Amino acid sequence: MKRQMTGAKMIVQALIDQGVDTVFGYPGGAVLPIYDEVFQQNSIKHVLVRHEQGAVHAAEGYARSTGKPGVVLVTSGPGATNAVTGLTDALLDSIPLVVLTGQVPTFMIGSDAFQEADTVGITRPCTKHNWLVKETDNLGATLHEAFHVATHGRPGPVLIDIPKDVQFATGHYESPKPSTSRYQPQVKGDMAEITELVAAMETAKRPIFYTGGGVINSGPAASQLLCELVEATGFPITSTLMGLGAYPASGDKWLGMLGMHGLYEANMAMHDCDLMINIGARFDDRITGVIDSFSPKSTKAHIDIDPSSINKVIRIDIPIVGDVGHVLEDLLKVWKSRGRKTNSEGLAKWWSKIEEWRAKDCLKFTQSGKVIKPQYALSRLEALTKDHDRYITTEVGQHQMWAAQYLNFEEPNRWMTSGGLGTMGYGFPASIGVQMAHPESLVINVAGEASWLMNMQEMGTAMQFGLPVKQFILNNERLGMVRQWQELLHGERYSQSWSEALPDFVKLAEAFGAKGIICSDPDDLDDAIMEMINYDGPVIFDCLVEKHENCFPMIPSGKAHNEMLLPGDHETQGVIDAKGSVLV
Amino acid sequence: MAALKIKKGATSHSAYNLRPNFSDVVEKHTLAVLVENEPGALARVIGLFSGRGYNIDSLTVAEVDHTGHLSRITIVTSGTPQVIEQIKAQVGRIVPVHEVHDLTVEGPSVERELAMFKVVCKGEHRVEALRLADIFRVNVVDSTLESFVFEITGAPEKIDAFAELMRPLGLVDVARTGVAALARGI
Repeated sequence: MKRQMTGAKMIVQALIDQGVDTVFGYPGGAVLPIYDEVFQQNSIKHVLVRHEQGAVHAAEGYARSTGKPGVVLVTSGPGATNAVTGLTDALLDSIPLVVLTGQVPTFMIGSDAFQEADTVGITRPCTKHNWLVKETDNLGATLHEAFHVATHGRPGPVLIDIPKDVQFATGHYESPKPSTSRYQPQVKGDMAEITELVAAMETAKRPIFYTGGGVINSGPAASQLLCELVEATGFPITSTLMGLGAYPASGDKWLGMLGMHGLYEANMAMHDCDLMINIGARFDDRITGVIDSFSPKSTKAHIDIDPSSINKVIRIDIPIVGDVGHVLEDLLKVWKSRGRKTNSEGLAKWWSKIEEWRAKDCLKFTQSGKVIKPQYALSRLEALTKDHDRYITTEVGQHQMWAAQYLNFEEPNRWMTSGGLGTMGYGFPASIGVQMAHPESLVINVAGEASWLMNMQEMGTAMQFGLPVKQFILNNERLGMVRQWQELLHGERYSQSWSEALPDFVKLAEAFGAKGIICSDPDDLDDAIMEMINYDGPVIFDCLVEKHENCFPMIPSGKAHNEMLLPGDHETQGVIDAKGSVLV
Repeated sequence: MAALKIKKGATSHSAYNLRPNFSDVVEKHTLAVLVENEPGALARVIGLFSGRGYNIDSLTVAEVDHTGHLSRITIVTSGTPQVIEQIKAQVGRIVPVHEVHDLTVEGPSVERELAMFKVVCKGEHRVEALRLADIFRVNVVDSTLESFVFEITGAPEKIDAFAELMRPLGLVDVARTGVAALARGI
């Protein structure tokens, strides 16, 4: 059915028709007609952020915790440029977003008008796709196509730039139809390749599943299939930072996270395996360590919906292009139909080897004295919140890695972190987006004090919308990860890596009308965490921790999986050679 | 290496040969990219090459199907087999890209380029330039008493060869279109 309406009304109507219930945004001159329509309806909640970067991260948090696309509405010029970090973050982590930006009227484009920026030009490399809509008649179809592109294939952020005159003008609007889009990435894997993988699984002596965010992006069914496959085969499983929760951390096949700060057993198993089955991960450099020594003895299979991920960095023997859920379904079917075979003798030996590595207990730490160890803080947070309906977001740095190591995730979509781009300032606004989607749940942002300050203005948002987000700040008064690298690489010259002139976080919370808690004594920690959990409103928790703790295990840059530094490896000077030191 | 044919929505699941050899030998490949003729489409393709550090040796683009809104971009690029495969996969996932063909591996193809040369010369050089132009089947599209503009169509190597011959005779200006290429046969 075609209807006549203004472009601005069309935008709101299209969002409603696409099932959007929440929009994160900030008004400005070039989006006033849209905001006027937002004012006159009740179907969509608008969350007024305090900075456009916050809007995009909040939408990311919303998207990752629900599986639905996050929606952002910002104005032209600075509104759009402030969104760029969030767009890049979502692109690298494959988060579906639809970002709407206002633009100066079509007849002023190119004239350096007030708040004009070449938004589609600026965001072309940091979106999956973007559009500048110059005709109101095309607006509805473009909006529907945007949702389709953002959520199909490898998900990602898309942007629609809408000049103000297009918002005022009247045009035809059509409701979304079952997709007529030309963009239809393949989801079914090639059966011959899947069969080849099954054959390899039947004989492998030392197999491992290496899973990533693609499993979570594929939807809850994919995570269930993964669990079924792991339980049925008895193969060990490890995951990237992005994939945590797809397989439950309590499962006995779980080796923990792999990679630069991954677990010893996970990395050793990756190095020594003879069959690596990559499911929805992308051989990121945080995972592989030095490429030349990466898992030298293994046959490598790779399941990915994006053909460009395959053979990008690691040579693949069994490539399978397709959606994780579809491929796992077929894989299980074929494996079962061929008699559910595995090499049980080889597997038994493999597991006994893995148990030897596990016995190292690489996350072991000792809490002693009157200073809280960050590992202890997170262990207690885990113990006291694990039975809650809990969502975790993080900022970026040491605390993020410790959170990945010491918090356990039993389900997908419970863990929101900036993996690919490593965006400090991600976690707080992300926690707001998560809480909007799950108002009754316990949402905790595990933060470092420096990251947290990068988007602290969003306290206003949390207060305005009554979002009881818990900001659990591991405060070491340092840029901890920078400090750690300066220790390892730069002769302990700690250039600019301390946080001076920090605010009093309790007073800061109170200034916004929130609750502030400070804790520096390990004996008080449990009570303080309980106080945070039980408070019905936003909390800033200032947890003063050991200032010079290093995050281990660690694969130093330029080293292989089997050359990890473990806690207790106090000799950290000179472990990274000249070749490794140019890496980030 | 098997033929590349990324056709979105196609039923073939092996989108292209995903098992390239990882040799260090740099190869030259000619890619034909069919892309929706919309604003920014060319910028997307070029931006991808610069953003990811790939080479562009030559690039031509023009609309080839007005009713279907399709443009054809012909890119000559060079890289190791792994890089070439990566370029094809990266270009193939750009949303408005319909098809990517690697003409270098998909079978025989024909490549042509058009160039114009301005040669300023007198006397014997003038005669020699004209004689060589004749041998290369080059058209004279402009002439003064002291100069010619030659128009040459052919494979890039032929144009390179003609340019080398003209250089000592007074070559002062060159304009080249870049390569256009099509697969041979049907």
